[in-house]
Amino acid sequence: MKKTVNQKAWFLVLPVLVLVAFSAVIPLMTVVNYSVQDTFGNNQFFWAGLAWFDDMLHSDRMWNALGRQMTFSAIILAIEVPLGIFVALNMPKKGFWSSFCLVTMSLPLLIPWNVVGTIWQIFGRVDIGLLGHTLDAMGIDYNYTQNILDAWVTVIVMDVWHWTSLVALLAYAGLRSIPDAYYQAARIDQASRWAVFRYIELPKMAGVLMIAILLRFMDSFMIYTEPFVLTGGGPGNATTFLSIDLVKMALGQFDLGPAAAFSLMYFLVIMAISWVFYTVMTTLDAREGK
Amino acid sequence: MATITLDNLAHSYLPDPKTPEDFALKELNHDWADGEAYALLGSSGCGKSTLLNIISGLLIPSQGRVLFDGRDVTTAPTADRNIAQVFQFPVVYDTMTVRENLAFPLRNRGMEAEEIARRVGRVGTMIGMEAELDRKARGLTADAKQKISLGRGMVREDVNALLFDEPLTVIDPHMKWELRTQLKKLHRDFGHTMIYVTHDQTEALTFADKVVVMYDGRVVQIGTPQELFERPAHTFVGYFIGSPGMNLFDATLDGRQARIGDATVDLGAAFRHRGPVQVGVRPEFIRLATGGEGIPARLRRVEDVGRHKIVRLNVGGTEVSAIADEGEAIPADTDRIRFAPGAVNVYADAWRLTPEGGDAR
Repeated sequence: MKKTVNQKAWFLVLPVLVLVAFSAVIPLMTVVNYSVQDTFGNNQFFWAGLAWFDDMLHSDRMWNALGRQMTFSAIILAIEVPLGIFVALNMPKKGFWSSFCLVTMSLPLLIPWNVVGTIWQIFGRVDIGLLGHTLDAMGIDYNYTQNILDAWVTVIVMDVWHWTSLVALLAYAGLRSIPDAYYQAARIDQASRWAVFRYIELPKMAGVLMIAILLRFMDSFMIYTEPFVLTGGGPGNATTFLSIDLVKMALGQFDLGPAAAFSLMYFLVIMAISWVFYTVMTTLDAREGK
Repeated sequence: MATITLDNLAHSYLPDPKTPEDFALKELNHDWADGEAYALLGSSGCGKSTLLNIISGLLIPSQGRVLFDGRDVTTAPTADRNIAQVFQFPVVYDTMTVRENLAFPLRNRGMEAEEIARRVGRVGTMIGMEAELDRKARGLTADAKQKISLGRGMVREDVNALLFDEPLTVIDPHMKWELRTQLKKLHRDFGHTMIYVTHDQTEALTFADKVVVMYDGRVVQIGTPQELFERPAHTFVGYFIGSPGMNLFDATLDGRQARIGDATVDLGAAFRHRGPVQVGVRPEFIRLATGGEGIPARLRRVEDVGRHKIVRLNVGGTEVSAIADEGEAIPADTDRIRFAPGAVNVYADAWRLTPEGGDAR
């Protein structure tokens, strides 16, 4: 095919270029700008080179926050994905109760992060909270503001409560797309319940599950509001995840240089992990498609 | 292997069926003889698949019983019936290889690895996929997937019956013929009872020893292809089987004769029935004539379909088809049709009347 060459076509790309520049590239560049400079106030800046990056790479504070963040994301993925699948498998297939379940389960997804944090903050209080008071009355020593384990459990349960529905709804959609003939054939082939799950339901859900995992990973890795409202990152630094730490550094201490370096590295980590996820997904797809 | 008996069977998808119209499958008594190949023929939505799913246990009938060799299995789960069924749309287990797919029903029954390998090898050859046994089933074409589905049914040698629910719909014509031949061979080699659901009369007539024709939830006739052709028990059978279908003429009876319009036709036998009837004659048995005896007809057009010609005529406002030999000249002044002797059937309320003294053999 003969192609027409017309360099004016570049103008067609221009609007997108401008849009992306203003929405992403320019703000990002200001961060890059801060990350290579130091200031002693008075709006005077000095060239610092890669010193802040070097600092951050050797900062226990950042490594600890990253470690907590990784642990948190791993735990909630390990709970929410299997739990979401389990819920989806046991939901009614049709009729009134199916719609009822769908609506009820969507409710947590509609609640703003701030509100979720507040709900659990009050829910867990020993003096007036239903959960805290009940646990206390049962003789369980529960206090999420003092005890590290309690704080972690509360943050995780809160996230599971808030987001398992998302996984369940996606998994449910995947399950509903399986034609009846598959289940009938499985009955004819005398497949066990486990085999039906392993060879029919799981492969058919694989696509939506990957999306669910990716979404849940990215969201949990960037989590800020809910633990901030609930525990404020405490007790101590026990629930200070990356975002909380970053805000403390940038706005609390006003260390713009290190915070900028920190956020760039944060950004790179998310990009890298998402890229790994994506590559694994697509290569799995391609390999099985052969 | 077993004789499958349907006793007083009916099914409705409604919770509380009242009128006959509520039933997707109307009351039915029938024995499926052990080792016979049946075709279940009918248009879409006539209850074919419902009947099949009841036999395989995917559906529990609203009334009546299903017996395997006299054993009541009406409410028994599919697993207890030992039945293989192949569906219209291919079902394969995507993440498994072709080999694992074929072995799956056997593995689930705890069969030894050696025996599985032997049978899978044999079925792999039978469906022409021996070269692809070790690739993943995902990404295969629809007809390759359907061949795997068929293979999963054929790999079980000890089944009570093999049920096919329009299995060749998605397969291209050449492969269709090939697979049907394989199924017939399988039937000859192992003698399974086979029930093959289809809406394609060619498929039904070439596959089966006996064809069961269903119409509107009811079995209207069970017979050999020849019986269906010569003595359709119901006008639907006459219309559905044959290409083109049987011609029907409104008529009144008068002993051995019927009056169609102003013409009188000899029926070859006496019928006893009051009220209006219909006379059914297949296009193969309609002869064209110019002048003389016969029913007045006007020639409309002639379609040459290769091996023969289809002549379309107008008789008193209704269209009538006749089949003429390829070499036969059709005179433009054709204005009469006559019926070949012994090829006339008489219907009242869509059901065939038996002539007095029974059917001549």
